[in-house]
Amino acid sequence: MALRDRPLSANRVAIITLWLLTALVICLCLGISFGAGHVALTDLLPGNSLNSVERAILYEVRLPRVLIAGLLGGALTVAGVVFQALLRNPLADPYVLGVSGGASIGGVVAITLGLGTVAGGLGSMIVPACAFLGALGTLLLIEMIATVDGRLTVYTVLLTGVIFNAFAAALIYFIQSIASLQQLHEIVFYLMGRIPSLGHEALGVFAIAILLGTGALVAMSRDYNALSLGEEGAMHLGVDVERVKRRTFILGSLLTGLSVAMGGLIGFVGLVVPHMLRMMIGPDHRILLPAAFLGGGAFLVLADLFARLVLAPNELPVGVVTALIGGPFFLYLLRTRSRIYGI
Amino acid sequence: MESNVDSAAVEATGLCFKYGQRKVLHDIALRLKHGDIVGLVGPNGSGKSTILKIISGILDGYTGCVRIAGRDVLEMSRREVACRLAMVPQESVFGFPFSVLEVVLMGRHPHLAGQAFESRADIKIANDALARCGALELAPRPIQELSSGERQRVVFARALAQQPQILLLDEPASFLDIRHQVEIYDIARDLALEQGCAVLTALHDLNLASEYCDHVYLLSSGRVLADGATSEILTYSNLTSVFSTEVYVDINKVTGKPLVVPLSSHLANRHKQTCEGRFRSNN
Repeated sequence: MALRDRPLSANRVAIITLWLLTALVICLCLGISFGAGHVALTDLLPGNSLNSVERAILYEVRLPRVLIAGLLGGALTVAGVVFQALLRNPLADPYVLGVSGGASIGGVVAITLGLGTVAGGLGSMIVPACAFLGALGTLLLIEMIATVDGRLTVYTVLLTGVIFNAFAAALIYFIQSIASLQQLHEIVFYLMGRIPSLGHEALGVFAIAILLGTGALVAMSRDYNALSLGEEGAMHLGVDVERVKRRTFILGSLLTGLSVAMGGLIGFVGLVVPHMLRMMIGPDHRILLPAAFLGGGAFLVLADLFARLVLAPNELPVGVVTALIGGPFFLYLLRTRSRIYGI
Repeated sequence: MESNVDSAAVEATGLCFKYGQRKVLHDIALRLKHGDIVGLVGPNGSGKSTILKIISGILDGYTGCVRIAGRDVLEMSRREVACRLAMVPQESVFGFPFSVLEVVLMGRHPHLAGQAFESRADIKIANDALARCGALELAPRPIQELSSGERQRVVFARALAQQPQILLLDEPASFLDIRHQVEIYDIARDLALEQGCAVLTALHDLNLASEYCDHVYLLSSGRVLADGATSEILTYSNLTSVFSTEVYVDINKVTGKPLVVPLSSHLANRHKQTCEGRFRSNN
């Protein structure tokens, strides 16, 4: 709290960002260094020689994996922060506005149609692509339903999202009930949330999309601060609230849709990490949003490392780990620091 | 600044507005000059808050026109409006535990344009605004921990930090004790006198209206029943008919302005007879 005696300055943002960036890099290095197969980052130091298999493990398997985990964690946490700001509700998470339901339907349908086992270069991208289409369709549908007289009503968005998620869950149960045992297994693991393996090109596209979306949301940081005074309060401070709401809904949903398409329903990151960060660095979105991207990334990289190591050589779905660690840790923080936090 | 001396700070003409089918404003016209403190007085639901929302440009779908310094408010961007006009609402929400200083600094939002952070000058403006509202010692505290009276002073400080030429107040003193009521309206009067700020305030406290307002609009069911110099409007006959309540109106011996006291219903009859008797003998 001592840090918060003075208002936020560019200086403080730089310092906190640097700290979190360091933490993220350390987590990434840890993530690269551990896992099945005895090879570590330190083996790259001069004097050690790597054979081609070890090299492939580092560059082709672990490096993309930790980067994807970092991007997924960052995207989900940023989406959580902006949805909480949009709804002025600390219980919002990236999945609350319904897009995740649409993405799940798309992914599950693709798996059921047998598209999950298509071989070839882009074969592994078919399920994520279908899931992302599902997310886009849902985004358009919810925006259409929730736009009344040209305005996006926040409570209608929220209710539509919640109802749509329930509908999506029912639809997925239905699909599961008619799917084959093999497909059922695939569906369950898809929905539990795991870090996918992507080729370098796909990773590059994914990274650019996530960074662009995050950048566009960070640009609205000051507007989110004003929005904490309510929509009318923000309007009185000169915020074009309709534009901010719509952009936030669309960009946040795109980040969420992309993440769910890639990683399934990785829970808790987008809910817990924003709260942990708010407790540590305060609610100002100008630092909270960059911190969410870096901190969320670090969190998911660590969770993924844990998921890979705890039952090695078997892997746990990372979504299970985030919920198992995130839940109790969050309750602990809530009990010990809730007075400062003020909820 | 406008060089035209005649130009009104705020000019509203022919305002009509409906919430759904219910018509809440009927042909309201209103004019406010720089340096004026103007009151909107009337019972609950008479349209005071709606007028303030329309003037501040956050409500559209009305007929008629609101001009701020000569320009139609609906044609201005939100930022352009917020650089000139600040609003203190009756109640505010605070979604996240920002500190008081951070909340007041949000008043600088429209002035920051492309910058991401407030400058030292902005921080000084915010601190001065807090000091002026007697709330400087609250600066580091989370806004959600404050009492409603303290919060209202912080919101008022935020409006001051906006450095507005037009200040709209919607019952700003409802939750305040008399000391802070007076303090807030003293500041509003200083802004009007020293900086030519135009102040438009909705208020229920008729004695505050009497003390601070130069001009009063008396509203009932979305219509302006009377407007004029405060002492001409706050009269026994106007007030009893608009509020359907018996009042005792006298001259405040200290200020020479109207003094208004509502009467309980069992005193009302006796008082009514005396007043009506006085009217008859006057006529």
